[in-house]
Amino acid sequence: MVASAAPNHIQKPRGHLGRRLVRSVDRWILPLYAFVAVLYLAIPVLVMIAFSFNDPTGRSNLTWKAFSINAWLDPLGKPGLAQAVTTSISIAVLSTIIATILGLLIGLALVRHAFRGRGIVNLLIFLPMSTPEIVLGVSLLTLFIASTQWSFVPKGTFFPLSFTTILIAHVMFNISYVVVTIRARLQGFPRHLEEAAADLGANEWTTFWRVTFPLILPGVIAAALLAFSLSIDDYVITEFTSGQTQTFPIFIFGSQLRGIPVQVNVIGTIIFVSAVLFVVISTLLQRRQRLDPVEAEEE
Amino acid sequence: MSWFRRHPSIAGWLLLAPGILYLLVFYAYPTVQMFLVSLWTGSAASGYTLTWNFGIYASALNQYQDQIFRSIEFGGLATLFTFVLSFPLAYFIAFRGGRYKNILLFLVIAPFFTSFLLRTISWEIIFADNGIVLGPAKELGLVPPTFRLLATPVAVIAGITYNFLPFMTLPLYVALEKIPPSLLEAAQDLYAGTWQRFRRVTLPMALPGVFAGTLLTFIPAVGDFVNAELLGSPQSQMIGNVIENRFEKVSDYPTGAALSFILMAAILAAVFIYARLVGTEQLSGGGA
Repeated sequence: MVASAAPNHIQKPRGHLGRRLVRSVDRWILPLYAFVAVLYLAIPVLVMIAFSFNDPTGRSNLTWKAFSINAWLDPLGKPGLAQAVTTSISIAVLSTIIATILGLLIGLALVRHAFRGRGIVNLLIFLPMSTPEIVLGVSLLTLFIASTQWSFVPKGTFFPLSFTTILIAHVMFNISYVVVTIRARLQGFPRHLEEAAADLGANEWTTFWRVTFPLILPGVIAAALLAFSLSIDDYVITEFTSGQTQTFPIFIFGSQLRGIPVQVNVIGTIIFVSAVLFVVISTLLQRRQRLDPVEAEEE
Repeated sequence: MSWFRRHPSIAGWLLLAPGILYLLVFYAYPTVQMFLVSLWTGSAASGYTLTWNFGIYASALNQYQDQIFRSIEFGGLATLFTFVLSFPLAYFIAFRGGRYKNILLFLVIAPFFTSFLLRTISWEIIFADNGIVLGPAKELGLVPPTFRLLATPVAVIAGITYNFLPFMTLPLYVALEKIPPSLLEAAQDLYAGTWQRFRRVTLPMALPGVFAGTLLTFIPAVGDFVNAELLGSPQSQMIGNVIENRFEKVSDYPTGAALSFILMAAILAAVFIYARLVGTEQLSGGGA
């Protein structure tokens, strides 16, 4: 009895200390860490915004000199910049439309139809997402280069590289992301609503446009937004498929050696702020009108 | 339309056909073409011919082994750092986020609405020799005047770690969030201490997230050349820099293609080993 009581007596304060340590980690250190981590994530963005108000003396916008709003007053005032931004937006819009249509069809087939070869199709969707961007860029470039040796490809289709080859590349890397996003939305789809439409005499075409499509629309929009943002930000794959054509990221990288103009920070800030505003506003709108039948059903 | 109903398999293939054809022509075939180009010999000026020159793989591996090992080292270290930085954050959001969960997740993702290049350039500004950090530090005498961050491996690894952090944080969060509270309560009822509960319940349940996060971070990290280009020096070049240089500067297509093929093969091998260990459904988010 005495022997077993003694270790208990010694262990008690140690356990107490351990519990206090755990509690202080839980109560103070973890929230503090989360705060510091979020701040760390935000720092480069804050630096980008701050340096859009810089007035650099030399060519490079790397050290702080003086406050100025000159770049904000003339955000496209660098040769080639307006053209690059226009090209980026055009490619993003076109590749989003094409990839969303192709991806939606694949998503519908995968979720709603039984067919052989499903495993291979899934693999073909999954592989582009797990291939490094540089390999996607290089392999497309080798295709474009090799196509000049093929008689069945009209001269100049793919090489020299152009707007078209960038567009081909962006559609390619966007399809998988669209499929994955839409598939997640289609799983758990209320099939009985379509059956109800059929029972009420709607043909398949009407059922698709009046019942199915409105239900999957949020997923389609989410996929399209993802595709747009991936396209407008892409540098690596575009670098290998662009030739002389400049997109906004290519412009940034190209001017990196000569010194990045302050205007780049201005446009970066505008893109960042509009993306944040867009997400905030759409979240608020969604919260206000819960008209979404899929979600309503889940609740 | 009723014909569709009688032949569901054909209807499925019709829906698939355009997108799958696109991926076959512009994703699958190009990787074959990349392999073929790696076996070309010639020059940009005189033209290239397919000579099945397999020797290029030995010479490319030999000539660029430094960059290959450096890529694995930088990518591996950056992946480890993203894990160490992400885990407490994901843990906090999943278990302690409460009603601020979505706002916290938004704060994690929002910085990445900024272009990848601009984020890296911001780190260039932060690390600059007499920039906003080292400038004052040198004036105060905290570091010697010749001290550099930019153009060092530290800057490259820090850049990669930052740029791919959400690829680790989000899968970890998803895995941690899925752990049913009842399981943790059960552990407590069975007299598991906080540490034991973490080690025997939380950590094993988070493993799928760790696997997915590691892959999602390591794949882009090992192939990256932007961070090494903007934040590093010629002495800290990675395999991506060599590939970019072979294609864009010297038009040495075969060597560039061979190195890309090695990179792709190595990563696919890693993905398949992972897939065997954890199953593809964990990797692609279901269905695969």
